[in-house]
Order: sequence, then structure tokens, then C-alpha cells
Amino acid sequence: MANRAKQIDRFTQVSGLAALLFVALLALGPLVALGFKADTATGLTGADWAAVRFTILQAALSAILSVVLAIPVARALARRKFFGRGALVTLLGAPFILPVIVAVLGLLAIWGRSGLVSKLMMSVGADRISIYGLAGVLLAHVFFNLPLVTRLILQGWGRIPTEHFRLAAQLGMRPTDVFKQLEWPMLRSILPGAFLLVFLLCVTSFAVALALGGGPKATTIELAIYQALRFDFDLGKAALLGLVQFTICALVAFLSLRSVVQSNFGDGLATVVERWDVSAPLLKWQDGIVLTSVAVFLGAPLLAIVARGFPSLPNLPPSVLSAAVNSLTVALFSALLSVLLALTLAGLVDALRSNQNSLAKVVEGVGLLTLAVSPFVLGTGLFIIVRPVADPFALALPITALVNAAISLPFSLRAILPALTQNRKSYGRLGDSLGMAGWSRFRISVWPNIRRPLGFSTGLAAALSMGDLGIITLFAPPDVETLPLLMYRLMGAYRMDDAASVALILVVLTLFLFWVFDRGGRLGHKS
Amino acid sequence: MKRSLLAAALVTIGGATWAETPTLTVYTYDSFVSDWGPGPSIEATFEESCECNLEFVGAGDGAALLARLKLEGARTNADVVLGLDTSLTESAKATGLFAPHNGIPDGLTLPIEWADDTFLPFDWGYFAFVYDKTKLSNAPDSFAELLEGDATIIIQDPRSSTPGLGLLLWMKEVYGEAAGEAWETLSPRIVTVTKGWSEAYGMFLEGEADMVLSYTTSPAYHRIAEEDDTKAAAIFGEGHYMQIEVAAKLAGTDQDALADAFLAFMASAAFQSVIPTTNWMYPAFETAGDLPEGFSETTVPEIALLIPPEDVEPIRTEALAEWLTALSK
Repeated sequence: MANRAKQIDRFTQVSGLAALLFVALLALGPLVALGFKADTATGLTGADWAAVRFTILQAALSAILSVVLAIPVARALARRKFFGRGALVTLLGAPFILPVIVAVLGLLAIWGRSGLVSKLMMSVGADRISIYGLAGVLLAHVFFNLPLVTRLILQGWGRIPTEHFRLAAQLGMRPTDVFKQLEWPMLRSILPGAFLLVFLLCVTSFAVALALGGGPKATTIELAIYQALRFDFDLGKAALLGLVQFTICALVAFLSLRSVVQSNFGDGLATVVERWDVSAPLLKWQDGIVLTSVAVFLGAPLLAIVARGFPSLPNLPPSVLSAAVNSLTVALFSALLSVLLALTLAGLVDALRSNQNSLAKVVEGVGLLTLAVSPFVLGTGLFIIVRPVADPFALALPITALVNAAISLPFSLRAILPALTQNRKSYGRLGDSLGMAGWSRFRISVWPNIRRPLGFSTGLAAALSMGDLGIITLFAPPDVETLPLLMYRLMGAYRMDDAASVALILVVLTLFLFWVFDRGGRLGHKS
Repeated sequence: MKRSLLAAALVTIGGATWAETPTLTVYTYDSFVSDWGPGPSIEATFEESCECNLEFVGAGDGAALLARLKLEGARTNADVVLGLDTSLTESAKATGLFAPHNGIPDGLTLPIEWADDTFLPFDWGYFAFVYDKTKLSNAPDSFAELLEGDATIIIQDPRSSTPGLGLLLWMKEVYGEAAGEAWETLSPRIVTVTKGWSEAYGMFLEGEADMVLSYTTSPAYHRIAEEDDTKAAAIFGEGHYMQIEVAAKLAGTDQDALADAFLAFMASAAFQSVIPTTNWMYPAFETAGDLPEGFSETTVPEIALLIPPEDVEPIRTEALAEWLTALSK
């Protein structure tokens, strides 16, 4: 039996080590390439440093705004039962997998200079509003991250036991006391992690700044890397900027992993905590206004896309078909690669955890490394590596799939690892005593317990890749497109109606991919 | 007719046969290949005589074209690039990616002498800010007024777009050492900086700004194609910067003869006569014939500015740095 256990270990070991090596090479290889190329740089100019400052400024403001605004939304959701609450919670999950460029188009339709709000402003004689620059970048980032933080905080509220609220009511505590005694300690434990997570996501922002930045004043480092390559073909500068970007990301990623937010997506969101302190009409009105505002803020841009895209669906450009095929292929390949890497790495981490915990942490750290290596850092590094030996443009789609897989790997790993560990703790010994090993053990014991996070991760990775408008902009030859790139090119030609109908197709395909895998993971599942 | 039947037959016989029809790949800017641009008609006429497949590939705006070629290097699929201008020709030649042409065809109608051995002109025009007469009643008639006034503008990024680059050099010619300060003064009224001309012009038409950087000939499009006389170009007392749009053959082309044939075709009546009413620029050769009605009404600036191509590069680098610094403040 000991022998058999060893055999399992060998498979886990070999596959795990292979994955480890692959990920380490994928994440660190480009960094080394950048390091060599950065030598050739002439240094960073004032405009480059402005990009660095802007990146940090917008990420900090985005994170602060998202967190501060999420608190009242989460609180209202946590303490109110109402018709459509489930739908609103689902809507809160949508922006995370919504393609960035689609959201940008939707936001422009509402907040743009010729958007709905500007038209309303002008009809009452006020000036139209302008969102290009910092304002637009913040608006888009809050659109994406307010819901994410709301869900994180909502889980925190869900974890405060009902008994505590009951006790507070019996003691006659006013809402402000309840906030001080019960809610603030919970928030204090969640908010720093949430802040850092949003900060990290916004530091690597590319598509938002590309579409809404509106000039050198609002350029992120990712965008500056893109410009160094695409406008000036200055590999040295791109490499140097890449190293600056890596330093910032690595620091934030390290900090945010230390203040772990346990984010079990979808868990603990459905329940409303029974409360005795919130029945005052004023509070009801307040919560009602908060929830209505957030529903409109998130829903209106999506509705605008549907309204604008639907009529021009029949006269879509023919290139939409090949773009869709490219997008789906890249999404499926990168999702499978991401989950396969996550699964084998998680297997190794889990096996090591039982006796070599410190080694397990190192392996997990490698799996999370790509949190610190932004898409453009990876992409630029790969470009430098590939260019002497092959045509990087012919490899545009494979490289995109590879980078997308690397970027979603940390999310997949974080979802799968806990399930695997939980499974070992619950059924490990039973499996050992039954002498189950290899494939049959995986099929009978492991698979049923990890299929749900596995399905979710595959869906998430596929959706993220589907909506990616990052390094494809760098690598794609003029005649190769994915759906987001086609959308962006149509927006560049100011064919907004066509862009909106491509957006519609992109959203439907993205949500469908996510749904298929997520649903597949839950099928026949009892919980 | 016979040829198209033959072509159809060849297609049915199989992909291998079809692949033997040579393809000439021409990288150009996006608006050139759009449905209403010159691309479709030029493609059809050239294919009538070349026994080839002419493929226009829109690769962003003018300046982005050169950047893309630098990025793709010698591996590029492009045989010809069409749509650079004289602000970029020196920088382009320095890459060594371009091959000399077979001589300059007769009948040039450019306002300047042309002696370039690599690039051939196909059209030209003057940059200008275009506005809507019904919305902007007191359009500026000089840069000084533009800088002091309150009209909002949309411009293009000089790193990706030739109009954007043209404005950069225009301001440099007018303001010299003080160009950086001039940009700082202008900066608050720049609604956004787009990557290309199409996006900027589209935004202007949707009313997102009072003026857009385009050409003195742009209003002719509205007059002729849309019978709309509301658009006008603001004529500046300091003069207008000129653009001469050019094309060249790539040194690494595997369709040498076809590429030469295409460059020669650029001077033909078939090419030149469609330029005014599809690309909305002045034709570069007399084969174009008379300018269409509505086009000749276009105001011609009294002072034309242009930095000689061989002197541009250091000025461009300096002006770009000033622009970046001024606009990132």
C-alpha cells in the first residue's frame, strides 16, 4: 500500500514538476529577456514617468472609490430582502467576465460626450460632460470593481452570525453602535485585501486607458509599453517600462497575498442576515436609493449596447465569423491550458503540504507569479524571445492564448487548490485504506469533489480570454482579428453601430462559454 | 467577362491553381480601404489589367503604418506601402526596408519639386481645422486665436497618425522654440487624442468637439457627397502645413514587377481621377483632369508650410518630446 501511495506521488510529482517548470519559464523567461533588452534603453523620459505616476494614481483612486462605494451597496444588499435581489447579485457578477472593450462602448453610450447623460445635461441647458482622461478611466474601473468588492464585502456580512445582531437588538444598540461593534471589525478585516486586489487589477489596465485615456495625460504603463513598441519600435524602452511594471505589480501582489481575502465566489451571497436595527423608514429609503443607483449604473451601459447593436446585426461585416472562430479557439485553448496547469500544480502543492509545507508554499508562489507579470510584460518578453527564431506575427493567436492562460492561472489555482486539499482531508485516508490509486482514485474520489471549482475556473478563464484586448493589439497582423480586436478596429473607424453589434455577439459568446463550463461543473452536483 | 469566367473556372479547379495567381499586398491607412474611400475602385481597375489579386490591408493610420513595418521588419508580407508622407520618408528610408522606384512619371502637379528616389507621391493637401458653420460662429482665423479662444478640438496622435504629425510640425514651424508652451496653452481644449483620422472625424461629426484636425479639402466631401454646405475649414493667417502622401515598394517584396506596375499605375488617370472625390485630397498628376465642381471652391491657403523631407527627422523628434511633455502635464 505504501508502494501504491508512492506511485500516486510519482505521477503527481512528474506532472506537477513539468507544470512548475513550464510556468516558471513562461513567467520568468520573458523577464530575463526584458532584463537583457533594457540595457539598450536610453532611459525613461518625463512622459514615461508621467505614465508611471498616472498608473499608480488611477489605481489608487479606482481602488479607494470602488471600496468606499461598495460598502453601502453591500450593506444594503446584506440587510434587505426584495424582489429581484437574486438578479441584482447575478448582475454584480457580470462585470468581472464582461469584455473590457464592450463595457467601454457601453459606458461611452451613457457617459460619453454624445451619450445619454450629456444629452440630458444639454437639454436643461448645462454643458455636456467629458470622460476622456482620468475621469473615464476611473469610471470604467469603478464599473468593473465596485461589483467585485461588493461581493467580497457581502460575504463578510454573511459571516457575521445572526445571533450577534439579535444580541445587539436586545441590548438596544442603535445602527451606529451596531456598525461600530459588529460591522466595522468585519470591514477592517476585508477592506485592505479588497483594496489591494482592485489596485493590482487596475495597475495592469490597458484597454480602458487605450480607449478612454484620450492622450498622453492618461497613459498607463501597459499602454506606454504598447506605444513604445507600436509607435516607436523601441524595444529597449518597452523592456525598461516592463521591468518598472513588474516591480510595482510584484510588490502589490505580495502585499495582497499576505492580506488574504478568502473569496469563494457565489458562496454566502444568497442569504439575507436577519436584522432588528434597520427597519427605520429613512434607512429603507437610503438602501433603496443605493441599490437602484447601482443597478442603473451597471445595467444602463449593457442595455445601451443591446439597443444600439441589435438593429445593425443583419449587416455585420463578414470578418466577424473568422474573428469569432479565432476568439473561441484562443479562449478554449487558453482555458484548458490554464486549468490543466492549475490542476497539476495544485496536485503537487497538495501532496507537498502534508510533509513539506515550505516547499508547497514555493510551488504555490510560482503558480501565482503571473499575478505580478502583466500581459504586456509577458507579451513583450515573448516577442523579444520569439523574434530572432520565428515570425511573432504568424504566432499572434498561439501567443495570445498562452499569455491569457498564464494570466488566469492564479485565479484557477486559487479556486482548485482549496477543493483538492479539502478532498484529501476528507477522503484521503479512506482512499488509501481502499488501496485506490491513479486514474480510478482520481475518477471516483477526487473528480466529484473538484469538478465544481474546475468548471468555474475553466469558465472564468475562457471568458477572460474571450474578452481579452491586450497583447493581441500588439501581435495581430492587419488581417487577423479576434472579436474584441474587430470591435476596437470598428470603433477606430467610428463605426459605432457595427461595433455595438459585434459587442453583442461577443457578450453572448462569452457568457455562453462561462455558463457551459460553470454549469457543466455543477451538473448532477447535490449542492 | 472572359477573364472572369476563366477566373471562376480556375477557382473551381482547386486552391492550388488559385494560389498561382500572384497577390500584391499593399499596406495602407484605414480610411483608404473603407467602403467610401479610393481602395475599392482602385483595386477593381488595377485587377482588370494586372492578372493578379490586389489586396489592400488597412494597418492603422499613416504613421502607424511605418511603425508596423519596423515592427514586422524584413518578414513583412507587404509588397507596397501607400500612405506615408514627407514627414516620415527619411525615417522610413533609414530602416533599409524600402527599394528605389523606376523613375518619376511625367505630369506631376505638386506645388513643390519632387526628386525622391524611393517614394512616389499620389496626392497632397493642406492640414486645417474643420468646423460646422452653424455651430461655431466665430471660428479662429489664426493659431493665436485658436490658442486664446475657447473652441474645443479633437486631434490625432502624432505617433500613429500623419495628420497628428502634420499638426506637430505645423505648430513647430509657427512657434519654433515656443511650441511646447503653445501646446500647453492648447491642451485644456483638446477633448481627446485619437489614434487615427477616422475616429477623430467621426467624433467631430457626432458633435463631440467644435473643430477637428483634418484638411482644407474635407468640406468638399460634405458639399459633394452629402450636399451639405455647413462644414468649413478655418484658414489661419500663419499659413498651413502641407501633406504630400507617398507610396513605395518594399525591398523584400516577392512581387517586384507587380509592385513596380502598381507604382506606375498610381500616376494613371484611373487612379488619379478618383482621388479628389474618394480620398478628398488634391491629385498629384495631371492625368486626373479638372477638379470636380464643389472641389474647386475649396479655399487655398495663401501661405504653405513644409519642412524639407531631409530636414524633418531631428525636428520631429524634438517636437514630439515637447508635445508629450506638454500634454502629460
